[in-house]
This record gives sequence, structure tokens and C-alpha cells, in this order.
Amino acid sequence: MSKVTITIDGLQISADQGMTVLEAAQANGLYIPNLCNHPDLKPAGLCRVCVVKMDDWKIAISCKQPVKDGMVISTEDPEVQQIRKNTVELIVADHPMTCLTCEADGKCELQRVAHYVGITPEGLNRYRRKVRAIPIDRSNPFFDVDHSKCILCGICVRTCDELQNINAIDYAQRGVASFISTLGAKPIADSRCESCGECVVRCPVAALAPKGAQEPMREVKSICAYCGVGCGVMLGVRGQKVVSVQGDRDNPVNKGSLCVKGRFGYKFINHPERLKTPLIKKNGKLEEATWDEALELVADKFSKSKGDKFAALASARITNEDNYLIQKFTRAVMGTNNIDHCARL
Amino acid sequence: MQKVNSPADVAKMRDYCQAAFARRKLRFLVCAGTGCIAGGSLEVYEEFKRVISERGIDINVDLLFEGQESEAGTVTSGCHGFCQMGPLVRVEPMGTFYTKVKAKDVEEIVTATMDENTVVERLLYEKDDGSHATTELDVPFYNRQQRIVLGGCGTIDAEDIREYFAVDGFKALATILQDLSPEQVIEIVKDSGLRGRGGGGFPAGRKWEAGRNAKATPKYVVCNGDEGDPGAFMDRSVLEANPQSVIEGMTIAAYAIGAEFGVVYVRAEYPLAVVRLLKAIEQAKEYGVLGDNIMGTGFNFDIEVFQGAGAFVCGESTALTLSIEGKRGMPRVAPRPRTTEVGLYDKPTLLNNVKSFAYVPDIIREGAEWFKGIGTESSSGTAVFALTGNIVNAGLIEVPMGIKLREIIYDIGGGIPKGGTFKAVQTGGPSGGCLPESLLDTPIDYDSLDEAGSIMGSGGMVVMDERTCMVDVARYFLNFTEEESCGQCVPCRLGTKQLLEILNDICAGKGKKQDIDLLIELSHSIHGGSVCGLGQTAANPVLTTLRYFKDEYEAHINDKCCPARVCKDLISFRINEDKCKGCTLCARACPVSAISGEKKEVHVIDQGLCIQCGVCMEKCPNKFSAVDCVSPKIPVPAKEKTEVPA
Repeated sequence: MSKVTITIDGLQISADQGMTVLEAAQANGLYIPNLCNHPDLKPAGLCRVCVVKMDDWKIAISCKQPVKDGMVISTEDPEVQQIRKNTVELIVADHPMTCLTCEADGKCELQRVAHYVGITPEGLNRYRRKVRAIPIDRSNPFFDVDHSKCILCGICVRTCDELQNINAIDYAQRGVASFISTLGAKPIADSRCESCGECVVRCPVAALAPKGAQEPMREVKSICAYCGVGCGVMLGVRGQKVVSVQGDRDNPVNKGSLCVKGRFGYKFINHPERLKTPLIKKNGKLEEATWDEALELVADKFSKSKGDKFAALASARITNEDNYLIQKFTRAVMGTNNIDHCARL
Repeated sequence: MQKVNSPADVAKMRDYCQAAFARRKLRFLVCAGTGCIAGGSLEVYEEFKRVISERGIDINVDLLFEGQESEAGTVTSGCHGFCQMGPLVRVEPMGTFYTKVKAKDVEEIVTATMDENTVVERLLYEKDDGSHATTELDVPFYNRQQRIVLGGCGTIDAEDIREYFAVDGFKALATILQDLSPEQVIEIVKDSGLRGRGGGGFPAGRKWEAGRNAKATPKYVVCNGDEGDPGAFMDRSVLEANPQSVIEGMTIAAYAIGAEFGVVYVRAEYPLAVVRLLKAIEQAKEYGVLGDNIMGTGFNFDIEVFQGAGAFVCGESTALTLSIEGKRGMPRVAPRPRTTEVGLYDKPTLLNNVKSFAYVPDIIREGAEWFKGIGTESSSGTAVFALTGNIVNAGLIEVPMGIKLREIIYDIGGGIPKGGTFKAVQTGGPSGGCLPESLLDTPIDYDSLDEAGSIMGSGGMVVMDERTCMVDVARYFLNFTEEESCGQCVPCRLGTKQLLEILNDICAGKGKKQDIDLLIELSHSIHGGSVCGLGQTAANPVLTTLRYFKDEYEAHINDKCCPARVCKDLISFRINEDKCKGCTLCARACPVSAISGEKKEVHVIDQGLCIQCGVCMEKCPNKFSAVDCVSPKIPVPAKEKTEVPA
């Protein structure tokens, strides 16, 4: 890929042709404040916070502006600073001031941006401050939707469209009345949302927040046990308890994405009723057994049932390799072609 | 003669239709623009039909073909423009021009015209000197105008394409199909200096050229009739009065850029325009000047009408094309390709305003030089304005570019009614600005208005007198833009809301000293930071009123005084003891029983109960004029505040 050289605030940096100014800055470790941009999504250019001055005269939006060789960018031009500051002040003036009890506290993009542009109480008090009073949608079992915290960056809408192809949500109404809505403004649980939570992890504030989330003490790299895809996960652990799951962005299988089960279905791990050993039915009652006992019992019963009276149904929860082995076992050991798979239904 | 089979047939069709008209000795044209229809012009039309048919004249034959002759006929026409004086009736061929005609006047007009060969003087327009204007040409409202796009408005029947043929309609299309290459057509449009009449003023010829040069196919021609500025009705009038000129202009544009399909985007709130446009399209197809194989030349172009659902922002070109596609009407974010490259269905699209297309047939017919000869160096041609507000002659006007605001307001508009004084004129709708008396000599052209802080816009012009509060005006427009913002970008969505709330506070007497600085600061940031033209210009009404009427803002904030006595929270009504004769009119009219006083005794307003509706002032007879409106507010004693009438 051909390289271009651009100058940001007097600093010459190298960028790939086709990058945006913001991508070039980020690739070189430079921070340009932004709210509606996300590396996994196409740039939208809506929050107007990443505004820069181009070639000394033109206001440009760095997340949308492609780099050009020799381009000179200023992020600290007085006009740019003013627009950026007013824009952030407008958002903050419209935002609840409940940071300390907010799920996003500490990792909130709005906090980061507000801190960077330098919001002061005096500056903010000039504004007429009103927070939209829309009841929190708690219908989804895994996450809450709090429109009063929403900054309408549209990242959730684009995630649902571009990454998941579900299109469960979109903008509704217009002007200050606009909000992110499901079809017919139904509760999110009654929409076509599949609760994958991809939007929840990308929400820069806490308009979309997982229910009862806890900050982990440490993270453990693992593989999701739910199906044969084998998504990489980072299990958040506190003491002996799994308290969160993140998609592993470095895993080539899922690149950070997860489905509803992998992301939110981790409570079984520490559940008191979780099965930890095989159970064998003795005298009409299931009793705990060792693996050896269980396997022996199965082998014994299988060897009495060879031929067409045997059938195996394989599962999508095991890997391709295991599925292969099951059909091989059924055909070669059990001597029958009665093998099927749940995904065929 | 039923069809145009070759470009040469257009001239024959014109002669045929003209001859047919000539056989009708008299014609009563009743204005059927929306304004006049609201004033009852359709009843007037029905009455004409009845009165004339009583005389045994077959009025259903409004066009008389060979072998037929008639004494009189009556037709509905498009808007004449002089809405203030409607319903309007014109008698042709004499051109007698009647104003404020009621159904009961029809008998008299017909008798005077057909039997007595006189005019009904009381229905003629009365000039300042008391004399009467017999024809439109004598009326100052008309004789200072130069009508090109409005030329056909009020003179032809919009629902009969043959009338358009009779005034050289489709001649321009025939000329280009026969003699000119697309490049030559574009050259003519470029040479004419025509700039987009939607408000932006982008040179039309350059846009057409970009449309021509675009490689992708198919290409589209889109006509923007999503007129949404408060008080503006230019596009509506053109579509209602002369839809054929728009169809012809679009067809010429299609030929120039190589398109075969066009869309007219009209607001659903313009039902009459939609009906007439659909009728005109149907008739144009019947006559072979639209659709497949136009005029037998093998060129195809079809037009569809799309009705917008009422979002102001859909007037923005990229939002408009998305809206046609059935998507949410939100402007595309820059940097983006031009609409001429990626437009409707992501294909090259030529998008112009209704008036821009309507000029084209005239420019082709009369030549680029003719058009360039009208107006100024940088803004050629004429400008169409919807003149409204505190003005004697409200209506639709067309004037050469470069004319001064003063000429429009005083010579054409007739000045301020009821002896009021001029305060400001607002051009360009919610994106425009308010210009004061000192700028009345500003010439009307794109650049001069821009310099003054306003814009040409699509052509709204609201005149305001001294009873207008400029803070309230800014608030009105911000209320509009706040509601009409699409909501996608922060500066526009939250910025307009913030401006509006600050203005609301100022009008309510809750303004803070630093508010003026904040208004200016935010206005500049909203201008610099917004995605589209709506947001970028939304603060113009605030900035211009602050620039020219800052003292009013300061009076509101510092003295809690509304100098124009408009803002209810800052005014009180008071009865002048020396003037009140105790007639009790005000007390009886007061909706909240805040006025007390015996008959023939001085009345008093209870300030704690008064809701500042102003009815007392209206009701007080002029000979007494005992009710005053004062600002700042008369303080209400604390105990009075808590009293509630039983």
C-alpha cells in the first residue's frame, strides 16, 4: 500500500493511502478527541468532536477526511478548539451528572473527551441544562437501555447494521426529539434484537449497559464452551468467580465478537446447581459418579447395541473434529449409517 | 391536431391553439391559486359558468376549434401573485383586472363587459392617488415587476396544455431536439449565468456539465419542490400555475445530461400542485412531448411525482434523494461525492429547484444574452419572492436581480400598512437574516445579501414593522429549525435547542448578562460544526438580529423591557385614568375578569390576574384609546398574586 506523509500540529507522520486523518493519527499514537467513531465501523462524522482544520483554512471532520500527501492538519487551531469545546459542552449540558454511579465511569468516552477539551463548571453553567426524562428500558434480561445518557452517536445502530446485519434499531423522530428506537418504539426485548450485546460493548457512554456488571480483578484468556466455533473470550475474574466476559479481539476466529450466550451466559459457571460430575441412574435415582464409571457403563451398553438399532445425533456444540469422530465411530465401530446432526434440522 | 410527431409540429400546434383561442371573443380568467381558492375563487368561477351559460353560451367549450365561435368563456388560471387582493379576475382580451371579487359581483362584471362595454369601477384596484387601475399594467404592484417564470402564471390555464402550446410552449424543447447537441444546451445555460434558485445559488450550467460528464448510468433529473420556508410559496405557485414550464425545463435538462427518468419531489401539503403536475404530465405524454420517443426524435424521458412527507430537511439535496429512496431523510456527511456523481440510487443526479427548471425554456428560446442582460453581473435574471408580513401588497413577485430592497417594499409592496414604520425585512427563511432600515438600499443579489448577513434563499421575504420584537423573531425561527433539524449531528440538534432555550429565557425576562456572548459563541460553532446547510445557517436569524438590533436584546436582559411590547412576560396593560370613560367594553371582554370598575367610572386592571392577552386594548374605542401597553412589567404586589377569584 502506498504511503503518504501528512503533518498534524507540526508533526510529520506517515499514513497509508486510503486512511482517514483520524486513523492516521491513531496509527501514530496521536489522540484526536472523537465520540461517534469506532474502528470496526464505517465513519459517520456525526458528533463533530473530531473537527480539525485542514491546510490552514478548511474545517474538516477527521474521521471522514481521507489523507492526502502533503496535507497539513491542525487540531489546535482557535476556531477548531472553539467548535470542539462548544460541541462537547452542548453534549455534557444535555447529559446526566451521575458519573460516580454510572456503569461507564472510568471508561466513558464522553468523560475522556470532556476532560481533554477542558470543560469547567463556569463554562457549563452558562448553558440551559436539561436532561431528557425517558424511562430506562429494562426489558432485556442482559442489558438496560437508558436514553437519557444516549449521545446519539449512532455506533449501536451501525453495529447492528454493519456488523450483525440485524437492524433491530435505528434513529426515530427528528431534531432534539430523536432517539434510538426499535421498530414501533417497542421495548428492546420485544424487538428483533438478538441480545448479542455487540452494541453494548461499543456504547461510548452507558446508554447501553450490561445488567449487574462488575469490574473484574483480572482477566483470563479462554475459549467459549458453547459451540464449535471456538470464539476467544477474556473471562473477567474476581476471587474464584467469573464476573464478566469480553470477546478476545486478538482471536482470529471471532476478532472480539460474541453471541448472546458467549457474552452473557456465564452465570452457570458459578451456579450452585451446575453439574460437575457425570450422573448415573441407580434405582430410579440419579447419582454422582466418576468419569471412569460413566464411560465404562456407556461402552458396555454400546457394545450390546451394534448395528442398525443404534443411532447417533451429533451436536453443534462440539467441534468439527469431534463431529467427524462421532460419525467415524458410528460407522466404523457401531456399524451403522444412522448418524445425524442437529444443524441439519 | 392531437399529437406532436416532430419538432417542426410544435410551431403548427402553437398556431392551431392560438387560432382556437382567437375564436373566443371574451375570456374570464379566475385565479385558482391556493390563496384565491381560500378566498372563494372557485365559487366565483362556478358563478361565471352559471351566468354565462344562462346567456345561452356553451361555456364547456373553453377552446374552440375550427368551425366554432363563442361569445365568452371562463377558465381557472394559476396564481396571479397579488394574493392580498384576491380573488382576482381578469377579462381578456381587454385585460381588465378585478380584485376582491365575490360571487355576487359576477353578474355585474358580465353585464358590464358583454352588454355595456364598461368596467365595474368599484372592483378595480385603487391606487394611492384615488384613481383606478383598469389593467394589471396600471397597478404599481405589477408594473415594477419583470415576470419570466411567473409569466405564465395567471395568464394560462394550468390544466390545459394547449394554452401552454399557444404561448410558444415546448418550442425550446423542439429547438434543442432538432438543432442542438447536449453540449450546446449546457453552453447556453452556462452563458446565461443562471444560478440555482433553491437558495444556494450554485451556477446551474456547471452543475449540468458535471451531470453530463458523470460516467455512471442511468442518470436522473430531480426537481426539488420541497419548499418549506415559513411564508414562502413561490415553487407552489409555479407548479400550480405553469407546471408545463417545469416539465419542459426538466426534459431539456434530461437531454443535456443524458437522463431518461426524472422525479419531481413535491410536498404532500401542496395537493393542488400535485394534481396539476400529474395532469400536466399526463397531457404532455398524450401530446408526444414527454415519455417515449419525444416528438418522434427517439429521445425518451419520463417524469414521476414523489410526495414528500413534510420534513423541512428533505429540501437538502442529499436528504431529498434518500427520501425518494424511502430512507430516513438525513443529509449525507461531507466530504462526500457531489449529487451529480452519486445521487438518487447512488447514480448521477441533476437536482435543481422548480424555478431553476422553469427558467430554462425561456433561456433557450430567448437566448443566453437576453437572460444575462437582466439583473446584475454576478446574478443574472430575475428573482421570485413571496412578499408577506406587515406590508400593504402581500403576494408573489418577480423582479430583476439587483433591484433594491427599498423598491420592493415601498414601490411594489406599497409600504407598511396602517401608518406603521418599517423595522426589518427577513429574507431567506429560517436560514436567512433580518436586515434593518439602514440596509434597505442593498441590491437583491446572492452576494450582496450574503455580505449583509442574510441570504437570498429560495425567496421568502417577510416585512416587519415597529410592533415586531426582534428577539421574538429570532426565537420564532429557532423554534422552527430546532423542530426541523434531522437530529444526526450534535451542533445542530443540541445547538439549536440551546439557542432556543436561551432566547425563550430572554423573552421571559430570565436572560442573563452573559447570554449575548454565549449566543454569538454558539452561533459561530453551530455554523462551523454542522453537517448540512440547515445547521450551518440556523443561527443566522440570531446573528443578524444581534448585529442590527442588539439594543433590543440588552433591553430584554438588563431592563426586562420588550421595546416592541410583544413578549408577554415583560409587558403589562394599564388603563389611563384621564382617558377612561368607563364604557365597560374592556371589562366585559376580559377573559379572566381582571378588569373592575363601575359604569362611567375609571376601570382598573388587576395585574395579578391579567394574562396580557391584549383584548382590552383592542376593545377600547379608538376615540378613547385609554389602554396602554407598558414594558417593563408593572410589579404585582405580593398579596394580589395569591388571590384567586371565587
